[in-house]
Amino acid sequence: MAEREKGGQGRANKRAEEVDEVTSDEQDAALADVKERHDKLADDVDDLLDEIDEVLESNAEEFVKGYVQKGGQ
Amino acid sequence: MGTETEYGISVPGQPGANAMVTSSLVVNAYAAANVPGSGASTGRKARWDFEEETPLRDARGFDLDIVRGSPDAPAADEDLGLANVILTNGARFYVDHAHPEYSTPECTTPRALVRWDKAGERVMAEAARRAAAVPPGTNVQLYKNNTDNKGASYGTHENYLMPRAVAFADIVRHLTPFFVSRQVVCGAGRVGLGQDGRGHGFQLSQRADFFEVEVGLETTLKRPIINTRDEPHADPEKWRRLHVIIGDANLSEVSTFLKVGTTSLVLTLIEQGWFVDNGIDLGVENPVAALRAVSHDSSLNHLLTLRDGRTMTAVQLQMEYLDQARKYVDDRLGTDADDETREVLTRWESVLTRLESDPFQCSKELDWVAKLGLLEGYRTRDGLDWDSPRLQLVDLQYSDVREDKGLYNRLVARGSMERLVTEDEVSTAMSTPPEDTRAYFRGRCVQQYGDAVVAASWDSVILDVGRESLQRVPTLDPQRGTKVHVSGLLDRCRTPTELVQGLSGA
Repeated sequence: MAEREKGGQGRANKRAEEVDEVTSDEQDAALADVKERHDKLADDVDDLLDEIDEVLESNAEEFVKGYVQKGGQ
Repeated sequence: MGTETEYGISVPGQPGANAMVTSSLVVNAYAAANVPGSGASTGRKARWDFEEETPLRDARGFDLDIVRGSPDAPAADEDLGLANVILTNGARFYVDHAHPEYSTPECTTPRALVRWDKAGERVMAEAARRAAAVPPGTNVQLYKNNTDNKGASYGTHENYLMPRAVAFADIVRHLTPFFVSRQVVCGAGRVGLGQDGRGHGFQLSQRADFFEVEVGLETTLKRPIINTRDEPHADPEKWRRLHVIIGDANLSEVSTFLKVGTTSLVLTLIEQGWFVDNGIDLGVENPVAALRAVSHDSSLNHLLTLRDGRTMTAVQLQMEYLDQARKYVDDRLGTDADDETREVLTRWESVLTRLESDPFQCSKELDWVAKLGLLEGYRTRDGLDWDSPRLQLVDLQYSDVREDKGLYNRLVARGSMERLVTEDEVSTAMSTPPEDTRAYFRGRCVQQYGDAVVAASWDSVILDVGRESLQRVPTLDPQRGTKVHVSGLLDRCRTPTELVQGLSGA
C-alpha cells in the first residue's frame, strides 16, 4: 500500500487499482478458505478412515464370506 | 404406526451355527435380565398370544387357504418353542425366520417412532452382550441390515393404521410411485448389485433387488412393492393395517424420521381422497424395473417414465409428492397443522433440494449418502474397486449394533451424523412405553405384574390371577389404554387381581 502511494499514479487509476487489489485479495482469501476447508475435509476423511481402520474386522474377505443369513420376510 | 426389524445374526468363526438357536439365545438372555417374571427363578415368561393374529388374511378380501403352512405361518415358530417376549416398553422381541426381531410399540408420531426404533438397536446390543455372558459364551454379532449379499434378504417392515373405508386400489395406485422413488431419501445403501450381490457397484437400497411383483401377499418370496397382508390388530370393521415391506433398515435418525413421516403424510392424502379429487396420478411405467433402476443409480439422474408420458428423476417425483403434501396441509389443515407435520415437510424439502444439487450435502442426514462417503473415501485412499471385500465389510459393519464397532455409531460419536433424539431419551425408551397408545397399558402390565402376565399380543393382555380361567384384557383400540386412560387405574392396582377387579368394576 505504501509503495503504491509513492507511485504517483492518477487518482482514478489508483482507485481502480485499489479496487482490483482488494478484489484479488478477497479472491486469494476465498481461495485460501476453500483450500483450507478442502484440506480440512480431506484431513477429516483421513482421520475418519484411520479411526475406522482400527475397528474394522480383520481379514475382510473371510469375514464377509462367513456372513451368511437365512432368508427372512 | 410401528416398525418391525429382523436383524442379521452371525457367530464369527462358526458359520454353521444354528441361527434359530443363537437368535433364541440373545432374546432369552435379554429377557432374563430385563423382563419381570422372565428370570430363571420363575421359569415362566409371558408368551405371545396369537389368538387375534391371522397373517394370511388378504387386504383385497380374498381367503387364502392355499398358502396355509407357508413359512409365513407363525404357528410353525410357536411349535419350535422359539423365544418370544413382550418388553416393558410395549415392544415385541422374538425370533422370526431365524432372525431376532424387534417390533416397536405403537407410536403416533415420526419422532416417537425414531426413538423406540433406536431403542431396539440398543436392546439388540445389550442382548448380544448378555448372550456372551451365558456359558459357554457365544460371540453373537447383530446387524441392522437387510441382506447377506449372497441371495438372502430379511425385512424391516412399517405398519400404518388406516381406515377400512379407503379403497385398496387407491392405495396401490398412489403409493407405488412413491415407494419406487422414496429410496433416494431413505435407502440404506448397499455394495453389490443383484440379489446375490455379485454385480459390482453401489446402490441406494438394500431391498430393491428383492422385489419382483407389484402387489401381493407374500413377504418371503416374490416380494411385492405393495403387500396386502391385512391383519389390523384392531377392529377390522374400522381399520386395516398397511403392512409396508419395501423399506430398508435405517440407522440414521433423519432417514427413519423421513421414511415414516413422509409415508404417513402420503397415506393421509390417499385416505382423504386428495389425489382422486385433484385428478392427480403419478403412476410410473414398469414399477418393478423402475425401482431397481432408481436404486442402481447413485448419481440420481435416472429418468423415470410416468404413465402420462412425462419423464423425471426419482428426486423430482418425490418433489411432486412433496408439492401435493404441502398443498394438502395448507389447504386442509392450515394453521392447525402440528409442528411435527411441518417438520416433516421442511426436512423433506430441504433434503430433496440438496439431493438435486449435490447429494453429499446430505451426508450427515441420510444413510446411503453417509455410507457412500465412507466407501468413496476408501476407494480414493486405497484404490479399491467395488468388488473389494473391504468395501463389502464397510457396508456390513456400518450396521453393526455395537456402539464401539458399528461404523454408523462411530460416525455419530464423531458428530458426523445428525441426531433427532437424545441418548437419554433412547435409554428410557428401552424400558418405558409411549404414553399415547395402548402400548402404555401393555408395557406397564409387564413391568408391574411380572409373571402374572402369561401372554400378550398387540390387542390383548392375558393375566393369571389364580382363578380357574385366565383373564384376557382386550386392547383392540390402539388409541385406548394410554397414560391418560389407565395410569390412575394402574397406579391404584398393586396386584393383577386388583387390576382385574378394577377393570370388571367388581
